[in-house]
Amino acid sequence: MAYDKFTTLTSTAVPLPIENVDTDQIIPARFLKATKREGFGDNLFRDWRYNGDNTPKQDFVLNNPIYKGKILVGGKNFGSGSSREHAAWAVYDYGFRCVVSSFFADIFKNNCLNIGVLPVQISPEFSNEIFEAIYADPNTELEINLEAQTITLLATGSKESFDINGYKKGNMLNGFDDIDYLQSMKSEIETFTESRPF
Amino acid sequence: MSKSLFDKVWDSHVVRKIEDGPDVLYIDRHLIHEVTSPVAFVGLESRGLSVLYPERTFAVADHNTPTINQHLPVQDPLSANQLKTLEDNANKYGISHWGLGHENNGIVHVVGPENGITVPGATIVCGDSHTSTHGAFGAIAFGIGTSEVEMVLTTQCIMQPKPKKMRISVNGSLNKGVTPKDVGLYIISKLTTSGATGYFVEYAGDVFENMSMEGRMTVCNLSIEMGARGGMVAPDEKTFDYIKGRPKTPKGADWDTAMEYWKTLKTDDDAVFDKEITFDASDIEPMITYGTNPGMGMGISNNIPTAESVEGGKATYDKSLAYMGYAENEQMIGKKIDYVFIGSCTNGRIEDFRAFASIVKGRKKADNVTAWLVPGSHVVEAKIKEEGLLDIFEEAGFVLREPGCSACLAMNDDKVPAGKYAVSTSNRNFEGRQGPGSRTLLASPLVAAAAAVTGVVTDPRELL
Repeated sequence: MAYDKFTTLTSTAVPLPIENVDTDQIIPARFLKATKREGFGDNLFRDWRYNGDNTPKQDFVLNNPIYKGKILVGGKNFGSGSSREHAAWAVYDYGFRCVVSSFFADIFKNNCLNIGVLPVQISPEFSNEIFEAIYADPNTELEINLEAQTITLLATGSKESFDINGYKKGNMLNGFDDIDYLQSMKSEIETFTESRPF
Repeated sequence: MSKSLFDKVWDSHVVRKIEDGPDVLYIDRHLIHEVTSPVAFVGLESRGLSVLYPERTFAVADHNTPTINQHLPVQDPLSANQLKTLEDNANKYGISHWGLGHENNGIVHVVGPENGITVPGATIVCGDSHTSTHGAFGAIAFGIGTSEVEMVLTTQCIMQPKPKKMRISVNGSLNKGVTPKDVGLYIISKLTTSGATGYFVEYAGDVFENMSMEGRMTVCNLSIEMGARGGMVAPDEKTFDYIKGRPKTPKGADWDTAMEYWKTLKTDDDAVFDKEITFDASDIEPMITYGTNPGMGMGISNNIPTAESVEGGKATYDKSLAYMGYAENEQMIGKKIDYVFIGSCTNGRIEDFRAFASIVKGRKKADNVTAWLVPGSHVVEAKIKEEGLLDIFEEAGFVLREPGCSACLAMNDDKVPAGKYAVSTSNRNFEGRQGPGSRTLLASPLVAAAAAVTGVVTDPRELL
């Protein structure tokens, strides 16, 4: 499914400075029973966000109204664990368009790129600086510029650049996805198939 | 130029290289299950597309299936709907479907090799991170997201940047009571859960050469738990013996042609890896995890490490131990447990049940333990009966359930209650993985068996 173009994003951010946040926390397996891509945002971080009786856990950041925005800033090794794209869908469906971390798990990062959530990998030092800035002032804004591949703390002008391959960058800037590309090379794929021994 | 095993297989599947972008990688075999495939079919239909090569995709119901009374209708309407959706999609597009009750049904990563879907030199993907299991046969196998499932269905390709290469060698011989699961957990404890992110691993050295195919599958299965996309072992006579004559492996002249190719699938002597790591087999003892990720593992006779001695922040470490109800420096031996789970794509094969039986034979299940014995497939289930293991289990007070993913991810009713401790032969000890509030100790089938008969964490070497 194609997604909205991503060019620049200026927003406040939600801090989650926990390391090794796994996809079972992002969306527990018992919420994977849907056959359509709908409503996953409601269960984003379900067991950290709600008690067993479905009342909100007041100490979890998504339940704290002073933190909001379209950017989620996570700890190191964000998105480890299963390949469930539902984790990326939950992040997107909740309203985030960008996840910032000093390190991403591979499949989660790939899934984000495939559905239009931009994973921005930064240095551990800049990650700490961002967490400190948000805790000092929850209205702190970050600017993500995909064309320039930069992330900036607007209050201080502190800035870092991030990596993304040219192909994926083009896709996100234009709202294209891989299926659009692969469909365009179908005859090449059919020829390749004939050469496969098994 | 010298090539590694990984290079040889990867490079032969590149349909197109995109400059400053990923490779377009051809996929030989595609496995799908009920949880991560439905939205892919919705996606392709919304684009007006179809399935390009249905004969290259295999549908298996496993994640969301009950492990008792499989002959009855599935009670949970959401699960039943997901299973029916898989069946309907498979039927609509002419994809083979091994649903609940089918003789070939079981966990997708157990039935793939059993039926010869898994062969050396192939690329194999599935919307499941433990697809890395199939690397045991010298295949490139890894987990993908649902968008990629849709790509494979419609074009038989995905777009992937080529990962870096890591070789992990374990030399020497394993000590008594040390299983492939312990080797895997040991490596992860040394590398951490992100230590191999961005890499594809080749396992080499005496230990993997001497390991059974089941054992290699266990180790390759766990590759994702250190962040690697996958892991592989060069195919050898053991591999060829395992796959020969299986329903979907090449036959006759095709077998001979395939064998010629498969025998070339080894790393050239002077091939270069981006990272090389070597371990000594004699340093490994039976392992157990004490925290909330698979990297938080230790030798079973050790004490829980202190925050200072492990990589990562203290706040995260403290949160993890608080969840488990453990403290730094405590012994794991003697900790009371409530549940034992043997099964999953990590340890749900016949060798695992033989190991479990070797300890419970002539003993009794501890009264405080609820045990779930879940075979990885109907084929494994049949072997358990054929080899007389079921009699051993029943005499010891255990019940054998029906195949499926079960309590590994607890999508079905096999959920460990909040606050309870489970010694589990599965692959993830994340918070709530085995049920909301559940606490998981990952271990081998031997450690699980020792816990099942004593009711506490026990060194299995004392019972062998």
